[in-house]
Amino acid sequence: MTVSAELDLQAFVLLRLGERRFAVPANQIAELVAPSRVFIFPHRTAQIEGVILRRGRIVPVCDVAESLTGRRVTSRRLYLLAVRHYGAQTEWVALPVTGECELINAEMSAAAESDAPHVAGWLSHAGDVIEVLNIDAITPGPGEIHAEGEARHLLETRP
Amino acid sequence: MRVAAPARPNPARTEQIIVFRVCGELFAVSSASVQEVRSVDSFSGASIEIFVPGLRKVRHVVRRGDRSLFIVSAALHFDLPPSPGALVFVLRKTRTALLVDGIEKMTAMTRLQSLPKSFCHEERLWYRGLTTVDQTVIPVVNPEGFLSPEELALLDASMTPLEIRCGEDIEGAVSAS
Repeated sequence: MTVSAELDLQAFVLLRLGERRFAVPANQIAELVAPSRVFIFPHRTAQIEGVILRRGRIVPVCDVAESLTGRRVTSRRLYLLAVRHYGAQTEWVALPVTGECELINAEMSAAAESDAPHVAGWLSHAGDVIEVLNIDAITPGPGEIHAEGEARHLLETRP
Repeated sequence: MRVAAPARPNPARTEQIIVFRVCGELFAVSSASVQEVRSVDSFSGASIEIFVPGLRKVRHVVRRGDRSLFIVSAALHFDLPPSPGALVFVLRKTRTALLVDGIEKMTAMTRLQSLPKSFCHEERLWYRGLTTVDQTVIPVVNPEGFLSPEELALLDASMTPLEIRCGEDIEGAVSAS
């Protein structure tokens, strides 16, 4: 392996959601935590299940499995605390995952225009081609409000 | 020569809150924003029934001086199963009286964490933030988040002059009691 090829390697965390595996850049992962109590209270953001307490922080739990695999994570699970960006600010978001996660080094291929917004890129590992997730695109945030507002505006202005 | 006084640790800033129940769910409200707490029974004779299509959470109104106080069912506001409610919180500086099931406890919170940005719908208006009480995360409600200006306009428009007069009469009865 050449020096230039080594420089292209990045660290990724592989996670399992049901039968499928996905990857998240390791620099966007804060930690992997054991199952803990989820506090649920009324709200209207469908993807958010509730919140967990971690090191004094209140962290929203976002089940991304349904949108990625079509099924929610119901079995005993761990939480991958990912870093979500909101402009210059960041917050943790807990992603429920099944099974253990794995840290690997791999080279990422950039996403194509035709890929879904949640795909940041692709990597090849152990014979599998794995989607690298764009955490900002797959978890809800203020952009969702703007998108909804724009959609509503378009509907209202449509003749 | 003056000797500097020893530095005292800053006492943690606290805010008194009322933790209340609605359909088994816990919420908190700042004590400072609750003007009075009344039983439903003491309000039932003073309120008049109103019906505004699309606004199921408000079914009663009470006349207070020159303004109307709308009784908002917290259960319906938060999309919880309908609940008869037992107590009414009259919220200061608003036109809302909040119908709740009961008070769980009165305590102090030392930290209010803003609602994580992942919550991006109406809940951002409903809550000031989240706090922890006895290792339980509880949302702290925003007193101004129960009725939007549009909803208030709708409610005002729905009230007939007769209802307003009735409310004034009833208020007199309450004051006398």
